[in-house]
Amino acid sequence: MADAQTLEIRDLGIGVGQHSVVDGVDFSIGRGEIVALVGESGSGKSLTALAIMGLLSGSVHQTGGTATLEGEVLDLGNDAAMQKLRGTSLSMIFQEPVASLNPLLSVGAQVAESLIVHGRATRREAWDRAVEMLRDLGIPAPEQRARQLPSELSGGMCQRVMIASALIAAPRLLIADEPTTALDVTIQAQILDLMRRLRDETKTSVLIITHDMGVVASIADRVCVMYGGRIVEQAEVHALFAAPRHPYTKLLLATIPRLDGARKTELFSISGTVPDLSAWPEGCRFRTRCPLASDQCATRPPLGPVAGGEGHVTACWHSDRVEDLV
Amino acid sequence: MSDPLLSVKGLKVHFPVANGKLFGEKPVVRAVDGVDFTLHAGETLGIVGESGCGKSTTGNAILGLAPVTEGEILFDGRDVAALTGRERQSLWRDLQVVFQDPVSALNPKRTIGQSIAEPLAIHGVAKAERRQRVDDLMALVGLRPGQHDRYPNELSGGQRQRVVIARALALEPRVVICDEAVSALDVSIQSQVLNLLLKLQRELGLSYLFISHDLSVIRHIADRIAVLYLGTVVEEAPTDTLFARPLHPYTEALLSAVPIPDPGAERSKTARPLQGDVPNPMDMPKGCPFVTRCPLREPGCESLRPAPVEVAPGHRLACHVRERDTTGRSALDIMIPPTELVRPYS
Repeated sequence: MADAQTLEIRDLGIGVGQHSVVDGVDFSIGRGEIVALVGESGSGKSLTALAIMGLLSGSVHQTGGTATLEGEVLDLGNDAAMQKLRGTSLSMIFQEPVASLNPLLSVGAQVAESLIVHGRATRREAWDRAVEMLRDLGIPAPEQRARQLPSELSGGMCQRVMIASALIAAPRLLIADEPTTALDVTIQAQILDLMRRLRDETKTSVLIITHDMGVVASIADRVCVMYGGRIVEQAEVHALFAAPRHPYTKLLLATIPRLDGARKTELFSISGTVPDLSAWPEGCRFRTRCPLASDQCATRPPLGPVAGGEGHVTACWHSDRVEDLV
Repeated sequence: MSDPLLSVKGLKVHFPVANGKLFGEKPVVRAVDGVDFTLHAGETLGIVGESGCGKSTTGNAILGLAPVTEGEILFDGRDVAALTGRERQSLWRDLQVVFQDPVSALNPKRTIGQSIAEPLAIHGVAKAERRQRVDDLMALVGLRPGQHDRYPNELSGGQRQRVVIARALALEPRVVICDEAVSALDVSIQSQVLNLLLKLQRELGLSYLFISHDLSVIRHIADRIAVLYLGTVVEEAPTDTLFARPLHPYTEALLSAVPIPDPGAERSKTARPLQGDVPNPMDMPKGCPFVTRCPLREPGCESLRPAPVEVAPGHRLACHVRERDTTGRSALDIMIPPTELVRPYS
């Protein structure tokens, strides 16, 4: 791709107190591209997203790395500078739409808010734009709905309201942290459909954070798999599902009960559990649960290219043997 | 077939809603509005549906945790609602539950050994015997004996759910209600717990009432599945039949909405996602509960509620239109006979 990436993250590190929770994360998102950050709880995927938004606080702090948005370096630690970008260049939506909205403010006012706060429109214009936005997102009778409170709307509608408020100022990057996890499957299908349409029509870049491999397969162009605060594999979505080259990705895909799999049989499972923050092993962090682990794994494997796979990288010393697993 | 272990007939659970008025009739939420099913020994019945469909309330009603407005729940031939306190306690020996969240299900100030021993103590197992039983139970669910004196916060989510399962099994129940028992767990842990539930069923001959919103999980574990929508069973069939040949338009929509972890298959899907939202349970359609979102809707569906009909052995369906497609008959046609519409006075 010749034109600049929308977002580039280089060597991002995040610590909680003394412990490193995100370590050397590199990835980029092109214009109009949907990239998925996938991993289990504690993999650091949500903290990575919060760091990009400049929203780390308390004992959670950035320990290194840079983020560039369309060629401009972001000053992630500078709250005033980030505040100017949040809602205009960068937007984020969260898992719990109902909890993320102000219960005492009409949804129209919440959608219009970022235009008013950033001085992009008068109250009147912002309200009209908000109603239009709600209509575009498929909310019936938006003039009436805009005057209602979040409690008067269903969960799926609240998620549309959140998406509307995130997109009203036409950001270059939308970060969606588990946007459909709290929703029912029929509503999830609507929201994923909506996000695909938005990308096609507005060329907004999207970073979607999820633990659901089905959602990844449905919406992502490219996937970064995280384990223990590091990206262990990154690939184009079809390549990742067809030929994963990190043992964690391979095993994770094998553990999911599938609609087309055998029933009542023993499911494949990854032995052990994710170690505690303070107990990451040296070297490869997956090695304590990995069937391919050897002495070599005590040295950290670099994220290196997979032979024959364009843009496919994996961090495993034994990536050539992953195919034979499971 | 032998008599069912658990049979639910015409179950209704209606909750009154506060409307701020002192007098007059209160509006009700029809959380469960006419549910029938049976569960046989050694079998798993899956109950699937979206939030607000009444799947958890059904489970709670069976456990005596939600008031039964109408209908009958028979456990081993006894009416659960009519049990006295002492009789109800003896029911707990046969009927246990595993909820979604193992963190709130365990007392943080008790060791896991104490938590697992509690039902044994309540039901009068001698103290000397308890320790041995707890150790056996811990081994059964894959916990190490050394974890006996650990506290819940020292365990991972998957291990905590194992503790909850061990405690549920302490009294050797015949039926375990699993209410979203694996939903809060990470995928790699979820498969471990599903494997455990299947193993326990094989070894102990347990019956599960497995309540979940996750179709992939329920397909894996259940023998039969009942699909709930707004408090009623819209379709019930053996698992393979339901997935191979869903008949109710809601079941079809639900199955096609599940994202499959395969980008090729996922992107070649042609079905449009189901439009609209679930209606407010306080203001339900009078006829078919699915009528507001149904692509097959016909005149009459909004006023006449479809009754479940057995369209094939073990396959029950509550849909006027699909009933006509499969059996050639439908209550809709009786209500408005087509011949009369054409020539009323012949």
